[in-house]
Amino acid sequence: MWDLTAVALEMAKLRGATYADARLMHLRQRDLTTKNGQVGTLAQSESIGIGIRVLANGAWGFASTDRLNRQRVAACAAQAVFIAKASALAKRGDTRMVPVDRYVDSWQAPLRTDPFEIPLESQLDLLLKADAAMRAIKGVTLTETDMQFRKIDSWFASSIGSRIHQRKVISGGGIAATSFKGSEIQKRSYPNSFGGQYALAGYELIESLDLLRHASRVAEESVALHSAAQCPEKTGTLLLDGSQLGLQIHESVGHPIELDRVLGQEANFAGTSFLTLDKLNKLKYGSDIVNVVADARLDHGPGLGTFAYDDEGVPAQCTDIIKDGQFRGYLSNRETAKLIGLNRSSGTMRAESWNRLPIIRMTNISLKPGSGTPDELIASTDDGIWMETNRSWSIDDRRYQFQFSTEIGWEIKGGKKVRMFKNPSYSGITTEFWNSCDAICGREYWNLWGTPNCGKGQPMQTMGTGHGAAPARFRNIKIGTAFSGH
Amino acid sequence: MTKSSKNGTAGTLSSVAELRKIIDAVLHLGKAAGADETEVHLDETIDALTRFANNAIHQNVAEHGITVSIRTVVDGRTARATTNQLEEDSLRKAVDSSLQLAHSQPRDRNLLRMPAKQRYRPANRFSRETAALSAEARARAVKQASDLAIRNGQVAAGIFSSGQSQLALGNSRELFAAYRQTHTEFSITMQDDPAASWAKANSGEVRNINPQALAKRASEKASMAKDAKELAPGKYTVILEPAAVLDLVGFLFYDFAATALEDQRSCLNKRMGKPLFGKNISIVDDVYHPLQLGAPFDGEGMPRQRVSLVEKGVPRHLVYSRASAKKAGKKPTGHGFGLPNEYGEAPMNLVFGGGDSSVEKMVAGTDRGMLVTRVWYIREVDPYEKVMTGMTRDGLFLVENGKVTTAVRNFRFNQSLIELLQNVQEMGRSVRATAEEAFEMVVPAMKVAGFHFTEPTKF
Repeated sequence: MWDLTAVALEMAKLRGATYADARLMHLRQRDLTTKNGQVGTLAQSESIGIGIRVLANGAWGFASTDRLNRQRVAACAAQAVFIAKASALAKRGDTRMVPVDRYVDSWQAPLRTDPFEIPLESQLDLLLKADAAMRAIKGVTLTETDMQFRKIDSWFASSIGSRIHQRKVISGGGIAATSFKGSEIQKRSYPNSFGGQYALAGYELIESLDLLRHASRVAEESVALHSAAQCPEKTGTLLLDGSQLGLQIHESVGHPIELDRVLGQEANFAGTSFLTLDKLNKLKYGSDIVNVVADARLDHGPGLGTFAYDDEGVPAQCTDIIKDGQFRGYLSNRETAKLIGLNRSSGTMRAESWNRLPIIRMTNISLKPGSGTPDELIASTDDGIWMETNRSWSIDDRRYQFQFSTEIGWEIKGGKKVRMFKNPSYSGITTEFWNSCDAICGREYWNLWGTPNCGKGQPMQTMGTGHGAAPARFRNIKIGTAFSGH
Repeated sequence: MTKSSKNGTAGTLSSVAELRKIIDAVLHLGKAAGADETEVHLDETIDALTRFANNAIHQNVAEHGITVSIRTVVDGRTARATTNQLEEDSLRKAVDSSLQLAHSQPRDRNLLRMPAKQRYRPANRFSRETAALSAEARARAVKQASDLAIRNGQVAAGIFSSGQSQLALGNSRELFAAYRQTHTEFSITMQDDPAASWAKANSGEVRNINPQALAKRASEKASMAKDAKELAPGKYTVILEPAAVLDLVGFLFYDFAATALEDQRSCLNKRMGKPLFGKNISIVDDVYHPLQLGAPFDGEGMPRQRVSLVEKGVPRHLVYSRASAKKAGKKPTGHGFGLPNEYGEAPMNLVFGGGDSSVEKMVAGTDRGMLVTRVWYIREVDPYEKVMTGMTRDGLFLVENGKVTTAVRNFRFNQSLIELLQNVQEMGRSVRATAEEAFEMVVPAMKVAGFHFTEPTKF
């Protein structure tokens, strides 16, 4: 592989590039799904190619090809330089970057069991058994299960002399039961909605989920929701489970701290951010117990945002985002760090595949744990609503105003869960919400949730991100607006 | 075989004969490996996209790729394997992988034999001018748009993309289908701090795209969007521009899949054949509509049929794959996805009937309402009543006594699409609409009563 990255870098230099990097990737994927007791998707794919990024005449160009021979790779590098020179026709100054050290390294994410070595029969057998257990519950009208495995090798080489090989294996899976009755469709999922839980791990992740044990419960809850009371519309105390809180972090902390958004580079599509540069170190983002980090290091856990180096050769780091409630840091790359006067990138450039340009992406954006158990959290709540498992999510293009709904809610009265609510939802303004946080459960209840489907960029790229969270409580939250008037 | 660009302009797609050669090679490998049946999808893409922000190009990319997706059937079992490497060893490995996957599952008693040879009405949507659009030509257009922004004290961001793609499908029962098209898109946001507005166009032909006219429109609306005032939430009459209509009604497309009804996850369950929308709402799916793009065959190679989905407010017909058609005792409509899959089919070329009004006429005839440029981050809150939430974005304006009087701070809405399509008072001419959530469809601007804004944001 290194001979082809060398061809790319040599040709880029020959054609006038002042900087170049080449990223050759080999991606393998397996998808298994079932629906109503039948196999749905059963597919495997692989994709190999090289993406070449260059700076020439002070502007960027990028080209990619899946024809991996010296001639085609050289032509691709020349094309990237040509494109960069075209970019320079509409530049407003030369692109500059903070420096990065030269690294020569090979890194493999740890795993216990390679999911591609597990017989397909046993993977399908597990899904079909979970599917059958859900279908056994009367009133369930649709059952779905899924597993997905990815093995990603990347070989990154840059004109400053870095050569980094990384291998990552990602596993994910989940189950869902849907019940249609009267004029309502109700659904319950485990361990999370929209595909389940994902992590930088092998088949051990699937085994740890114990899908079969939860199948009957989620099916029963999907049916029981039809008889549950409608979540009221009010302002009150909200308790969130870790998976929903993970998505709340993603949308209302992870995206607004992306420095490309802040600097207007995503203005046409993903949007901008309310976290303008004047707010750094000045904004009270959350209450004093709110501490958020962006941590791509393996020490943080096997998240979808865990790696050793980002896709421009910068080592994985931990950056304080919110410390004791104060806004402390952004997600940056080498170019945006330079633009705001930082001396190094925070190492967040990631690309979906060989044919996509690396862009600033979340790594693992996690809320640090507090103390206590979920039972203690509930016991110390006189009047509130516990919401779990995301059903819908939406936030404005500057990341102020959000609305989430979840699959299920529970009324808390006098420190106890007293009854189930259907169609729960809550909404608010980002900083008001985080400043209303008055309790976060402890480390033992903290989980690094995987969000496998974050879309950003043009052409669109889908990326996995990690979000560590433990159940937490928020006061004076607007509840139930999504269903008002319907 | 495929030829790459040496000068940054677009490369050249493979010839149909070259694609057929790959398909024949895979069919031969499938037979040799013991497959009862084999199907091959070839997808080739040459795309380029120039992205700009802060009045300058900051990203500029090009890609050329081809994938070979192979489905085999053995003993009533089927599975798919995909590769982007065309050497015989890689293709053989993919065939073997597909067979291994197929063998791993229980037999599917409902699995149909692959379709035999079909006849297709041709769809000519390849523009040489669009295929040849260069990085320099895109950069010049971006420079002009950015210069306009600078002259007006604004900041421009957006994209200018172009590309060509082709799809070929063949199977061991001698079915063969091939289709190629070009596509291009220009999208621009003009920021006039703290306001912004937006314009976008998408077409199969670059001659239909006028970047400078789009830049001018976005610039003018950005100026109008300044000094936005906050209004109380509530139900308002809205004038939805085509992009806003698209991103809302776009969420209805899968509800017309026969499989979605069978799975009881469609909002049309128990509602087919009954008045559901206003009498002024009619929807067809028509891949041959002059404003549509896309292959005239489905994931199994069945010819796409024109299907009348909603007639005068009544949902009348669904789309079917071969499997869902057999189950329902209907004829396939050519809307199936590639097998195996759990979703069945969907209409991908929706065309809404329009009216004889226009945004200007709707504004002139409105005593009090809101003009909505586009909507953003739409998600489903209630799948059966089809309640959607989302935000307005890049230009929300108050209309009073027939005129736009002021910009309004953006709102969150929670709105049932069924109710929305019951409350359409006027429609413009249907156009090829493009936005950011739904794929392109042919829809009109709409004036809708009682649109439910629930909470304002801070800008």
